[in-house]
Amino acid sequence: MNDNLREQLLVLPAYFQGHLVLTLIAMTLGIVISIPLGIWAAQSERVKRPLLTLVSIIQTFPSVAILALVVALLGGRIGLVPAITALVLYSMLPIVRNTVTGLETISADVVEAARGIGMSSQQILVKVRIPLALPVIIAGIRTAAVWTVGLATLSTLVGATSFGNYIFTGLQTRNLVAVTVGSLAAATMAVLLDSLIGGIQWLMEHRNERSSSVYARAKTAVLAAVSLSVAVVAYSLMPEEEVDFVVGGKGFTEQYIIAGLVAAELEQAGFTVEQRLGMGTEVVYEATANSSVDVYLEYSGTVWANIMGRDDNPGRQQVLSEVTEFIAANDSMRNAANLGFQNLYALAMRKDRAAELGVNAIDDLLPVADDLVAAGDLEFFGRPEWLKLREIYGIDFGEKLTFDTTLMYTAVYERQVDLISAYTTDGRVASFDLLLLEDPLNALPPYDGFLAASESAMANPRFVEVLASLQNKITDEAMREANKIVDVDGGSISEAVTYLQSLID
Amino acid sequence: MIRLQNVSKTYDNGANFAVADTSFSVEKGQLMGLIGESGCGKTTTLKLINRLEEPSSGAVFVGEKDIMDSQPEALRRNIGYVFQGIGLFPHYTVAENVAAVPNLLQWDENRVQARVQTTLAMVGLPYEDYGDRYPAQLSGGQQQRIGVARALAAEPEVILMDEPFGALDPITRAELQEEFKRIQAELELTVIMVTHDMTEALLMADRIAVMKQGEILQIGPPAELINSPQHEYVQEIVEMPKRRADRLDQVLRGNGAGVTAS
Repeated sequence: MNDNLREQLLVLPAYFQGHLVLTLIAMTLGIVISIPLGIWAAQSERVKRPLLTLVSIIQTFPSVAILALVVALLGGRIGLVPAITALVLYSMLPIVRNTVTGLETISADVVEAARGIGMSSQQILVKVRIPLALPVIIAGIRTAAVWTVGLATLSTLVGATSFGNYIFTGLQTRNLVAVTVGSLAAATMAVLLDSLIGGIQWLMEHRNERSSSVYARAKTAVLAAVSLSVAVVAYSLMPEEEVDFVVGGKGFTEQYIIAGLVAAELEQAGFTVEQRLGMGTEVVYEATANSSVDVYLEYSGTVWANIMGRDDNPGRQQVLSEVTEFIAANDSMRNAANLGFQNLYALAMRKDRAAELGVNAIDDLLPVADDLVAAGDLEFFGRPEWLKLREIYGIDFGEKLTFDTTLMYTAVYERQVDLISAYTTDGRVASFDLLLLEDPLNALPPYDGFLAASESAMANPRFVEVLASLQNKITDEAMREANKIVDVDGGSISEAVTYLQSLID
Repeated sequence: MIRLQNVSKTYDNGANFAVADTSFSVEKGQLMGLIGESGCGKTTTLKLINRLEEPSSGAVFVGEKDIMDSQPEALRRNIGYVFQGIGLFPHYTVAENVAAVPNLLQWDENRVQARVQTTLAMVGLPYEDYGDRYPAQLSGGQQQRIGVARALAAEPEVILMDEPFGALDPITRAELQEEFKRIQAELELTVIMVTHDMTEALLMADRIAVMKQGEILQIGPPAELINSPQHEYVQEIVEMPKRRADRLDQVLRGNGAGVTAS
């Protein structure tokens, strides 16, 4: 077995447990909430329309958006609670709709007969309509179960462990083995859960064969599966040993590496640490503001533009200090250390091509820009960074092309284009030996990497000390090299962390 | 045992009457046939007796008691009902279907069990062979036998039947008609049976009521209806079985002649 696969399988039990817990709790709550709602809707036309419209609208919301909204509504809480809330909301449509449909499509003859022999409306509902609607209701539950298993992978984005950890990490670090393992595991769980519900349904429908040996075997299998699942969930919900600190992170390579570095440093200092990676900016920021996360890598420009809503550029130091003040004043967060590198957009070209044209900085491009071909990633030419460049330098290129990031780097390397929009710490800048053009007029907003830490963690002087020891320890070149180890050379995150540690100590 | 007193039923505040000013009574142990075309109000009349429909005016008495004084569910549990569409519960086994009303009446388990066995034996489908089956596993005739068993299960004195044998093939129908007549006589049941089949009514009923457009045109024993019909429609409908028998006779004789000629 290759090392990569072995490494993935090592974390399988933890991810499986996380995914199962999310799915089962969400499904149980979904069923408990949706079936009564469906029954209510089936009795009353006035409830039915608005309810079905509401659950359909919830379904049309992009799932990532629902997750982010739930986190915001819960005041920045991350982990199981927002993930389960979002999954429950998503599971409602098929269950509610099938409950209503199932109850409405029961033969009028049978309902009439039930009235005729003297059942009350309550008895008709419980003894006749619900049991007869059950196959349709269960079909809805099965649909919801398969959706929930699939959607639970997104829980990773709000800091709940699931098979999504495989998929998001794998996609970012170009580890297709991880992506495959995660996808197969989720698909397998969906099939198993669907079969389990199907098995329960079969048992209910074949009650009159309960003395047969097939029935007995099926019953044993279903009971075993149910008790095993319940045991896993119960075990997972037992209070865990509290870790000292939670290190958070967004979903790309550089974030994984810095989180790994911070975690390693804290552990060396004797703390226990848990990592929650792959979250969106909004989510991890909120989580740190309310101390669900204790520390993560943030960029000055991100807070400046996305959270403070600024689009001016008073210079690197000024931005960093205003951001530091802002997060402390508004969101009870501290800047624990400026790491020293910047991850910003820059124009990059091959060194030989730059020498040929005599170019070192962006303003050197002005005389020749009309003859140059520039390539941007999918969003660059629509972003404020490019608009600023054009406004401040009065520059535009003869031809502007848009590429997938990987193809863009290849294109400049193979001289198909003259220059590209690069991230300053991208490993490929180093491996293709590209020149990053200087920006003397400060048109591009600064993106200094700093450790944003929660107020509560900063109350611990040893924690403050450990993080402060990273102040200005990682240069652009070092970060680029660390990213290259993972993105270009196919190394692991821990190799990149070890590399950075070797520079620091 | 059952008495209707000037009963009317309207769904549109008196513009039209599904049942118009109807009065009749059925003595204990008698079987009354209620006959007429589709939409004449015969099923509505039946449903007025166990409060599946409520009368717009007039009064209905079952066993000398005004039915409006009983709680509807309690009333229905004490009156057997055999439905047009059979109406067995598809998710209940045969035994569970038959036990439905005794269970609603909260009989103790042993009594229910014993009664289910007795009733199933009465309709010729022994518990041992049929108790655990589902309705879908039975033929139409067997399903209707279970329908009858369910109506009999709680030992009611009154049974209402809405075209009980309408959906069955002629042989099964004749068989069930005879059997039911036997059970009815044995248990001295008071029965109102809605039908559109005059032959069935003539063969089974002690008295027949002919209905048209919500009104009862004539009511009396079969012989009286045949010998002195008081209405053109009554005459037409009563003579139908005889006319068909004559026609059948002609056809058969015609065939006989053909055979002789060849």
